[in-house]
Amino acid sequence: MATAERLRLENIVKEYPGCRANDGVHLSVQAGEIHALLGENGAGKSTLMKIIYGVIQPDAGTLTWNGHPLTLQGPAHARELGIGMVFQHFSLFETLTVAENIALSLPAAQARDRSKLDTRIREVSEHYGMALDPRRFVNTLSIGERQRVEIVRCLIQDSSLLILDEPTSVLTPQEVQVLFRTLRQLSKEGCSILFISHKLQEVRDLCHRATVLRQGRVTGECNPGEITTDDIARMMVGNETPLSTQVDPSEPGELLLQTNNLNYQTRDPFGTSLQDICMSLRAGEIVGIAGVAGNGQDELLRALSGEAKVNNDSLQLSGMSIGDSGPAVRRKLGVAVVPEERLGRGAVPSMSLVDNSLLTAYGQGMISKGWVGLGKVRDYAGRVVEQFGVRAAGIDSAATSLSGGNLQKFIIGREALQQPKLLVASHPTWGVDVGSAVAIHEALVKLRDEGAAVLLISEDLDELFQLCGRMGAICAGKLSPLVPTSELSIEKLGQWMAGDFPTAATNTTTETKHAVA
Amino acid sequence: MDAVLITNVLAATVIAGTPLLLVALGELVCERSGVLNLGQEGMMLMGAVIGFMAAVSTGSLAIGVLAAMLGGVMMSMLFALMAVTLAANQYAAGLALTIFGVGLSSFVGSGYVGQAIDGFDKIAIPLLSDIPVIGQVLFTQDALVYLSLVLFVVVYCFLRYSRSGLILRAVGESPEAANANGLKVLKVRYLAVAFGGAMAGLAGAYLSLAYTPMWTENMTAGRGWIALALVVFATWKPERVLLGAYLFGAASILHLVLQGLGWQSSTELLAMLPYVVTILVLVLLSWNPTRTRLNTPLSIGQPYRPSK
Amino acid sequence: MLSLERRAVDSRAMQWASPLLALLLTVITGLFLFMALGKDPIEGLTFFFLIPLSDAQGWAELGLKMAPLLLCAAGLTICYRAKIWNIGAEGHFLMGSLWASAAALYLSEQTGFWVLPVVLLAGIIAGALWALLAGVLKTQFHCNEILTTIMLNYIALNLLLFAVHGPLKDPYGFGFPQSEMFAAAALLPKLIPDTRLHIGLLFALLAAVAVGVLFARTFIGFQLKVLGQDERAAAFAGFPAKRLTLLAFILAGGLAGLAGASEVTGPLGQLVPQVSPGYGYTAIIVVFLGRMQAVGIILAAALLALTFMGGEMLQIAMNMPKAITGLFQGLLLFYLLTCDAFIHYRIRFRRAPAASAGEA
Repeated sequence: MATAERLRLENIVKEYPGCRANDGVHLSVQAGEIHALLGENGAGKSTLMKIIYGVIQPDAGTLTWNGHPLTLQGPAHARELGIGMVFQHFSLFETLTVAENIALSLPAAQARDRSKLDTRIREVSEHYGMALDPRRFVNTLSIGERQRVEIVRCLIQDSSLLILDEPTSVLTPQEVQVLFRTLRQLSKEGCSILFISHKLQEVRDLCHRATVLRQGRVTGECNPGEITTDDIARMMVGNETPLSTQVDPSEPGELLLQTNNLNYQTRDPFGTSLQDICMSLRAGEIVGIAGVAGNGQDELLRALSGEAKVNNDSLQLSGMSIGDSGPAVRRKLGVAVVPEERLGRGAVPSMSLVDNSLLTAYGQGMISKGWVGLGKVRDYAGRVVEQFGVRAAGIDSAATSLSGGNLQKFIIGREALQQPKLLVASHPTWGVDVGSAVAIHEALVKLRDEGAAVLLISEDLDELFQLCGRMGAICAGKLSPLVPTSELSIEKLGQWMAGDFPTAATNTTTETKHAVA
Repeated sequence: MDAVLITNVLAATVIAGTPLLLVALGELVCERSGVLNLGQEGMMLMGAVIGFMAAVSTGSLAIGVLAAMLGGVMMSMLFALMAVTLAANQYAAGLALTIFGVGLSSFVGSGYVGQAIDGFDKIAIPLLSDIPVIGQVLFTQDALVYLSLVLFVVVYCFLRYSRSGLILRAVGESPEAANANGLKVLKVRYLAVAFGGAMAGLAGAYLSLAYTPMWTENMTAGRGWIALALVVFATWKPERVLLGAYLFGAASILHLVLQGLGWQSSTELLAMLPYVVTILVLVLLSWNPTRTRLNTPLSIGQPYRPSK
Repeated sequence: MLSLERRAVDSRAMQWASPLLALLLTVITGLFLFMALGKDPIEGLTFFFLIPLSDAQGWAELGLKMAPLLLCAAGLTICYRAKIWNIGAEGHFLMGSLWASAAALYLSEQTGFWVLPVVLLAGIIAGALWALLAGVLKTQFHCNEILTTIMLNYIALNLLLFAVHGPLKDPYGFGFPQSEMFAAAALLPKLIPDTRLHIGLLFALLAAVAVGVLFARTFIGFQLKVLGQDERAAAFAGFPAKRLTLLAFILAGGLAGLAGASEVTGPLGQLVPQVSPGYGYTAIIVVFLGRMQAVGIILAAALLALTFMGGEMLQIAMNMPKAITGLFQGLLLFYLLTCDAFIHYRIRFRRAPAASAGEA
């Protein structure tokens, strides 16, 4: 018995000024099938999804829905047909309630009766094991709960195709399992699922079939359960790019950074305050902090970079208290920072690479009595580009013209050439292609080998396990103990990411409430 | 204190606060969609001059009011073209609207300076106007004052209870998310800007047809700017706009009250009062940035470029 | 179907063409305006643009009107490049003229070359402090600078009016609101004899050049640029945002205050209510038209000075209302913003999306 084909894409082309995001893509998803769409960042997955969801129109190509040709007139039309999308960067309105958010995506007629909608939300969410309170404001929900709202929103409209864009990047390992349970149930009920991801092991665990994209073209189709992750990776990146870095263990040296009960009260109503953070870093080691977004990572970074001031003695560099010093002072003392946002914090988007070098390297002898030595700045930018393999149209090109990976290489290089004693990097390979990610990892290891201390804050557990000598997790503003990586398993780390870790003060397990499935 | 004096002061406060209420309600809706329109003075002045000219030519105050609102809408559409469609710098576009509106209104109205007209009369609502104090303050006013109160109720209910109001708030918070949800961001913003223009035009008509029935250059005297401050003061909630408009209205007639009580002071120094009060209020409210942040429509002032 | 498409890279050509295009569109609109009013359009344009410059006196007047515009614009450029929307140049100007006048009148018995610098300094400091007030309200109290500076403009105007009607009024002036004429020691020397052009123009040109150098070569200029383009990057880099903001306000206020002081010690020789025909507001247009660059604002100041003169000429020669100047200036800014959009966008003719494959 032939399974019904739910969605078919043929020869999809979409061009943007300067690049072909989709170049003759074909895709076929059966009813009840969980189909993965794989590819590096920049391979064209997001563009394809937007086409399927009706947000943008293809320049050429056909869509076929349940056997009939289809031209989508927009997301509302897609929803009517039963295509539901769960966005990677959620499309929720934070100042509205769960019910109001869902009401906005329904046609006016269905949303009129608010109490009926409330009941329906409760029913559907409970049926799939993702209980939600429709009256709550979205800005009070955790990331995992917000994802639930996105999913329930699709389910309420009786979706027959659910598209999920990198859903697990914001979940703890345990939450991922809950999500997979829900998806399997949906699949059994006949709903097709299009699962976009770059996490190969998850794809192997969950998906029936996979299509691989590279630079806008389909480079392979497979049953992920039947081949290895390396095979899949080859389809994603071709044969020349190295897939991972070889990391030798290191011998840590003297104590460089110490935090003593670091506290930080955030003034941001949606932020997370830091509580009693105690950690120490030695020269020549890479220490990792895992955690789901929104648990204090940004606040920790700001406390370390100097963008947020803390109690002076609670932060010490080589014995000197620097808690209430600003970024400029800390930079002079040898603290370098790579923030999560490349464009719009790490680099000024509209400025050239030359100007962006001056942004943090101004202590490197480029300024004389307030005058900028343009020649010296250009020199520096040139060295960064050369030594770190940054592909750009010259050092005068704007930061926005670089790909994510190249810009990140530039930023890491800019900090590394200042020969810092301490480098704090937050999600350095997020959204970066595999080749650049490998180069960035190598740069971090090289810094470590030269005697710097590196603090790596990341959601990518593979990256952390690969690079770090010691690791821990941050949850709700509290830091777990930092233990040698060899003593840590994914399950234990997952628990710690959920808040289930012994605090340094007491030596008993304190259950920190962080909303988890 | 004399009961008659209090009643007169309160009634004058309502009258003085009405143009502020109208403009601020319009700008509130506009800002809730994420668009900041600094062109209030320009739109109000155009409304005032067009309303006056139309009323003088046709002899009908109603036509004057309608013409004024239409004038305000058309001015606001120039702004919308630049700020919404072309995604230009909203501050510069609003300033351009003000400078242009001030110049155009003076130019167009130059032949009408000094002309007089019979403005709106007070209408006493039967029964209600006999209530002591309140009767005179709220129920013995001209038609446009009543209209302003009705509009307040309409805007309040619209924002709070209607689906369109929900869509407006969503667009204002995040045009990206709204677009992803299939909401028509540009259309919503155009409508919001147009509403702001109509209200500014109406406020201008109030000034030239009711408050001081005549036309003079720059007769708004900065009320458009005060209204902008008022929207911030009210943290984008209509009920607070109502309160604030009357408070500012009181500040602007304070010098009359003081003179009535026998205080002597230079007219110029007393005329500074509304502006000084505005600054003080701004300070009190902006002191705590968290509070402002919690209530500001998140996307306000940022140009939105839909990706196709 | 017409649609607007984002360009991959901002068009350099349009950045320079846009002001010229805007001027052209303004002139064309002006032509239609004259026709609508039943006046000869060519005659109107001639009176507006050409007649004012037809003799040496005219050029001197141009320089005279250019000086305050350029001084204010130089200061505002510093603020606007840091995205500090200081609308208060008019107020700084008025405070500058007020306090310079007060100093001049106080020192009216004195002679010596030190009198003039002290008078000008009084104006500079007054403008700088008035601006600093708005700056402090922004950095310490988080008040929106657009609203505070506008309110301060109105307050400054009223203070000036209070002064000419009261404390600074000329006792022998027949009750007119104006101050005594200043003593010779307090007057600005002329740049060209037998004209009204004074050395204020030199101040203005120097200021424009200094601002250009500030942004091109100094670290403070760089920090201001970053602050304007990306606040978070500036915080990340450790640039002192509050101090930079206050500095920008002080510089803008000082320059506009100097403009005000120059106006009362130069062409006016006394304090009158109509000290400024809106120089502070027109300076805003100068900054945008001049692309916030030194050379640009010099040229733009000249152009807008011409609009003041042209407006006066039209008033006298063709009986047009005084507001024609403001109208032209507003139109110019409007067209400029519209043309500027084409730096980032281009017009595309596109058929509606096809329903099936077949579009190559």
